[in-house]
Amino acid sequence: MSSVINVRGLEKSYGANKAVAGIDLTIEPGEIFALLGPNGAGKTTTVEILEGFRDRDRGDVSVLGTDPGVKGEQARKWRNRIGIVLQSTNDAGDLSVYETVAHFAKYYSNPRGVDEVIDAVGLTDKSTALIRTLSGGQRRRLDVALGIIGSPELLFLDEPTTGFDPEARRAFWALIQDLRKSGATILLTTHYLDEAEALADRVAVINQGKIIEVATPALLGGRATSLATVSWKGPNGLQSERTDNPTALIRKLTETYKDEIPELTVKRASLEDIYLEMIGGADVSQ
Amino acid sequence: MSVNKVPSALAIGIARGGLEVKQFMRQRESVVFTLAFPIMLLAIFGSVFTNELSDGVTFSQYFVAGMIASGLVNTGFQQLAIMIPVERDFGTLKRLQGTPMPASSYFIGKSIVVFVTMVIQIALLLIAGVLFFGVNLPTDPAKWFTFTWLIILGSAASTALGIAFSVIPKSGRGASAVVSPVVIILQFFSGVFFVFTDLPGWMQQVAAIFPLKWMTQGMRSVFLPDSFAAQEVAGTWETGRTFWIILAWLIAGLVISIKTFKWEQAR
Ligand SMILES: Nc1ncnc2c1ncn2[C@@H]1O[C@H](COP(=O)(O)OP(=O)(O)OP(=O)(O)O)[C@@H](O)[C@H]1O
Ligand SMILES: [Mg+2]
Repeated sequence: MSSVINVRGLEKSYGANKAVAGIDLTIEPGEIFALLGPNGAGKTTTVEILEGFRDRDRGDVSVLGTDPGVKGEQARKWRNRIGIVLQSTNDAGDLSVYETVAHFAKYYSNPRGVDEVIDAVGLTDKSTALIRTLSGGQRRRLDVALGIIGSPELLFLDEPTTGFDPEARRAFWALIQDLRKSGATILLTTHYLDEAEALADRVAVINQGKIIEVATPALLGGRATSLATVSWKGPNGLQSERTDNPTALIRKLTETYKDEIPELTVKRASLEDIYLEMIGGADVSQ
Repeated sequence: MSVNKVPSALAIGIARGGLEVKQFMRQRESVVFTLAFPIMLLAIFGSVFTNELSDGVTFSQYFVAGMIASGLVNTGFQQLAIMIPVERDFGTLKRLQGTPMPASSYFIGKSIVVFVTMVIQIALLLIAGVLFFGVNLPTDPAKWFTFTWLIILGSAASTALGIAFSVIPKSGRGASAVVSPVVIILQFFSGVFFVFTDLPGWMQQVAAIFPLKWMTQGMRSVFLPDSFAAQEVAGTWETGRTFWIILAWLIAGLVISIKTFKWEQAR
């Protein structure tokens, strides 16, 4: 089967500001793919081009075998297969959660069950509440519900968990993993590194409109092979050593200390350390 | 993967209409205002102008025709040209754009909510008119026939023009300031508040370009005795002409809506 998303040489400028400066991207069926990058890196611009909301200046884009610029009946068939959670929406709230989800279900050929979806995003208690009475995080969950109601083959999520409490975030991760089990492909953007690490099969780090690296979370930035820092309390206080073979160092230490090595820690670079290093040269002024 | 077909634009449009009516009914202030405002105006004008325009034709009778016609413009054109930019600002439209719902379904939904609110508004106005302001309802079935097509055609044209005009306001906040003056000026020019033939000639000629004057005149043909036709500009009700002009505006509104409709405010 061919790729779900295929992007070659994508470019997009707003006036003189080159928001997307030549991006290549291939996402395979059933993958969870995360786009990471600082504010203004071009994540939303890229995703919204793939969603058919924005025009591109240059490049080839295929999403589920279709150009997102498609119009008319073809566009409807294409949109029937995708789900979208935008970075920000602010609906007028005179309808209840149930009414809204049930209404959106009518747009699709194979919608999921309304109650099932409301339950999946944890809004069952709020089912009859008017949208305007929901909290920020609850509204965001409604956004997710509307994104998945049509049983999408491909789901776009632009910072889906912004405003979620930690428990809701865990529940959301489980939901996304369930969706993947049922065969969906997922492209999400996030600022949460733990989210990318917990969910994504592959992560692309994007900065100033360019992809710096694409890798599995474990391998990003040479993380698996990066130096580890071993530290312990020696005779002269806290000591640490950077090494590419921490096991050997600890074996040596056990000879010195016989018993317990005081305050021993082994630390590898966290995804966050790697990430900050990668975007370190970033011009954050824009 | 999907065995079922994507639901038809009409089916989705009807569902949207139901939803929009529900939403409208829940905005209590705007319900009360939309429905009571024409009655208030009728009460004010009916008490200010108590003279008879010709035998048996009170100003209230003349004015009720104008109020129904401008109700068509208010619930359709004005309401939509203000509300759609707000929905655009809120991102409601962008969310819809991302679904398989086509623009035509959105238009159908708007036509339904406009039609429903307008029918309620007119019914209340007529009831109040008959009960409190001595308005006489026509007895001739032919007049009710004219009344019916005027409302259907007028509301469709008003809806289409409202959607077409909704691209002009740059933001939801400013929409009212752009749209309301257009409507108020049209009402003055079209003989809603004053007897049309008392207006200066140039005003009459400007008004004759726009549909409100024709809707108003059409409604006069329903609510005033046929003898009054002699006092119209052309000396007749010009019913055929009224039909074609409103239809032309409907078509123009549709074409512009389809060609220019924006889901998002370009930044
Ligand atoms: N509609 C627009 N008009 C003009 N400039 C825009 C527009 N949208 C985005 N930009 C600019 O393009 C660049 C990329 O923005 P984009 O929204 O894609 O970033 P992002 O990676 O999604 O950021 P964030 O993490 O803050 O959501 C920014 O410099 C932004 O100012
Ligand atoms: Mg963004």
